[in-house]
Amino acid sequence: MDGLTQTRSGPRRTATGGRTPWEDIVLSNVLRIILVRVALGIGLLFIVSLVIFWATELLPGDLATQLLGQSATPETVAALRDQLGLNDPAPVRYWMWLSGAVTGDFGVSMANGRPIAEMIGARLGNTVFLALYAAALSVPISLVLGILAALWRNSVFDRMANAGALTAISFPEFFVAYILVLWLAQTGLFPSMVRINPTTDLGDRLYMTFLPALTLTLVVTAHMMRMTRAAIINLMASPYIEMARLKGLSPLRIVLRHALPNALAPIINVIALNLAYLITGVVVVEVVFVYPGLGQLMVDAVSNRDIAVVQAVALIFAAAYVSLNLIADVLSTITNPRLMHQR
Amino acid sequence: MDREVLLKIEGLRIEGRSGDGWTEIVKGIDLTLHRGEVLGLIGESGAGKSTVGLAAMGFARDGCRITGGTIAFDGTDLRQIPEPARRALRGKRIAYVAQSAAASFNPAHRLIDQYCEAPVVHGVMDRARAETDAIELYTRMQLPGPGDIGFRYPHQVSGGQLQRAMTAMAMACRPDLIIFDEPTTALDVTTQIEVLAAIRDIVRQFNTAAIYITHDLAVVAQAADRIKVLLRGQEVEEADTRAMLDAPREAYTKSLWAVRSFARPEQPPATGTPVLSVQGVTAAYGKTRVLDDVSFDIHAGRTVAVVGESGSGKSTTARVITGLLPPVSGKVVFQGAPLPPALKSRSRDQLRQVQMIYQMADTALNPKLRLRELIGRPAQMYLGLQGRALETRIRDLLDLIELDPDTYIDRLPGELSGGQKQRIGIARALAAEPQLIICDEVTSALDQIVQEGILKLLTRLQGEFGLAYMFITHDLATVRAIADEVVVMQRGRVIEQGPKAAMFTPPHEPYTELLLSSVPEMDPDWLTRLLDRRAAGH
Repeated sequence: MDGLTQTRSGPRRTATGGRTPWEDIVLSNVLRIILVRVALGIGLLFIVSLVIFWATELLPGDLATQLLGQSATPETVAALRDQLGLNDPAPVRYWMWLSGAVTGDFGVSMANGRPIAEMIGARLGNTVFLALYAAALSVPISLVLGILAALWRNSVFDRMANAGALTAISFPEFFVAYILVLWLAQTGLFPSMVRINPTTDLGDRLYMTFLPALTLTLVVTAHMMRMTRAAIINLMASPYIEMARLKGLSPLRIVLRHALPNALAPIINVIALNLAYLITGVVVVEVVFVYPGLGQLMVDAVSNRDIAVVQAVALIFAAAYVSLNLIADVLSTITNPRLMHQR
Repeated sequence: MDREVLLKIEGLRIEGRSGDGWTEIVKGIDLTLHRGEVLGLIGESGAGKSTVGLAAMGFARDGCRITGGTIAFDGTDLRQIPEPARRALRGKRIAYVAQSAAASFNPAHRLIDQYCEAPVVHGVMDRARAETDAIELYTRMQLPGPGDIGFRYPHQVSGGQLQRAMTAMAMACRPDLIIFDEPTTALDVTTQIEVLAAIRDIVRQFNTAAIYITHDLAVVAQAADRIKVLLRGQEVEEADTRAMLDAPREAYTKSLWAVRSFARPEQPPATGTPVLSVQGVTAAYGKTRVLDDVSFDIHAGRTVAVVGESGSGKSTTARVITGLLPPVSGKVVFQGAPLPPALKSRSRDQLRQVQMIYQMADTALNPKLRLRELIGRPAQMYLGLQGRALETRIRDLLDLIELDPDTYIDRLPGELSGGQKQRIGIARALAAEPQLIICDEVTSALDQIVQEGILKLLTRLQGEFGLAYMFITHDLATVRAIADEVVVMQRGRVIEQGPKAAMFTPPHEPYTELLLSSVPEMDPDWLTRLLDRRAAGH
């Protein structure tokens, strides 16, 4: 074989495990893709911030009047407006807001004067905790169910899994939540109200938030499971799957090793969308379980016309969406050899 | 022959799902294969060749089921043993080489990982030994850089190399039997020879039995000891290769042999202003130059065949002519007047004058449109036909392509055969009443008998309407049948051009010689002789 090493060319594994120049090129390529995506994401967030600002401008009512009540004199209203900076032109206010927001300073609440960053901080932590908790339950469950459903497609298991998932997604969240409360909280297994504060330890937290996390899991599992199943089945007619079958491989190995790697891109994207939903779309569940998350804060802020808080929360939600989709894009790229290893 | 029987299929029946019911697609086939023997299985598409080949592994595709007969492999009836037992044989003792290696290698894994899978899973050898073994087989299959090529992904390797890598993969467990399912059909003539020779040699080295499925007689003649001809799921005849080639008994077999006898009568050299003149065209995709100073003329009523292997710039030339790819320099002159380089700056009438017919009629026709709309749309768009005039025109066009208007006008493409779809492609091009039709590999996806029908039709239409054809092909038999002039391309350049007679008479340019000599002939010794000659020449 010595003669062969002379003619080696192109990609190769070095005996030392060191990185070849070729691998450097691949890495720089991926880095470039990631940088472009990050830049696009920032641009997108900028546009979203404009939209948020413009939309909150459209909200009816006047904060100063709201705060002072109907009986306030026009002079006091004008003075408060001045104090709150409501009289500045919109572009100036937008600039003040955005430049603060990028440094983490969202200003003070218009309703109670507390710093918004402080109001959001703990609640953002709670929201992310709940989202991660639900994701840790739902992602493995939906992947396993999806893969098994694809493996045993049209079997009783497949039909049961599909029917169950569809049933769970068909009911409104609050309904699922109340059913769980009925079954699991009334019987005393789990608390129906989440009383947590920054000092609660992890075990208690997991126990307290189990019901909201389970509700969210039931809501998002169907989507991810069905996409996993569909993406795999879609590939089962490919010539390379037939080749794998003709190599005498077991069905499980065919699905895991030959279909799944090629089905990752759509699955990753659906997971990202659902994770974003877990962060931004959980208002109802938070209300049912009295969970101190961002969703409740936003609802309260809207009803108080606390525009500064609404803007801040909306921007955080947008950032969550954009960054999760960004991560999904990058992961899809990394799992695709055709993009990773150029000709 | 007193060798041990390896595979004995008797009375094999296979059904395929069609609509609600099942239709028999293999109707009682018997087949006997001895150790180390190569059996050629030939027939047109739909003959059941691949289905029989897969059944030899005890396998039926989804939507098919084996309903009768015995498949005795080394004494065991594959139909009687449970699926896990069949799985233990597949890949280990019976292996498969698919038609399109590019589609049959998993894009997510490196070649060597796919190579090692069967030996490791079947417990034949461990991963380290399998890797060493892979490199040895890659060397035997004459793959370039055999030590490295396995560590590439399929998309990083050329089609011919993939096909060889797949043959090596099939050899991994040193099976007793390999099913080759059209292994060279998707390759260029020049690549086909290399793959064919590599397959033949490795099968001999390991004394592996093989079933070689193809629709190309000349190819099977090089590889097979015996040939079995199938037609619509039934055997037509079977004989030793030499006997079969020298004296086919059945009429159908004879028609397969004779199919390439079609040749259009010679035409006098054309004079006057050419319909189309490509003048010094250089084109590039981004920074990669793909065409270099390409020039040729096409006259009315004449066919210019543009030949070369894939990547030689044939289709790119068509893209420049149609305006899809504006050239870097040079121009395209239509009836004496230069055409604007870009598609969007051409007038509707200029667009009408140049039409295209594509290789894959399957994907070139919108599956949701009925033939009436497919053919009617260009007539409406370019000629402004409406109502009754349009209807009459559509019916005339269907008559022209020899499809009965009453039967076909409201059909969808999915309800047509491959040859019929290609006829619709022709009608759609004709509907615009063009002067020039660019035919891009229009017959390569079709069986030989169907090919002949399409070529005859194109020739007839050319006579009736004085059409000019630019015929892109890699198949020299087609060139011989219908071309007036030939342009040979290689790596974006025109290597040689001239009248057909001159092209097929020596002396040739070296590349033309290589192309011409690579066309398989109906002679079992052709490949051996050719390789000897080439070895002596180098």
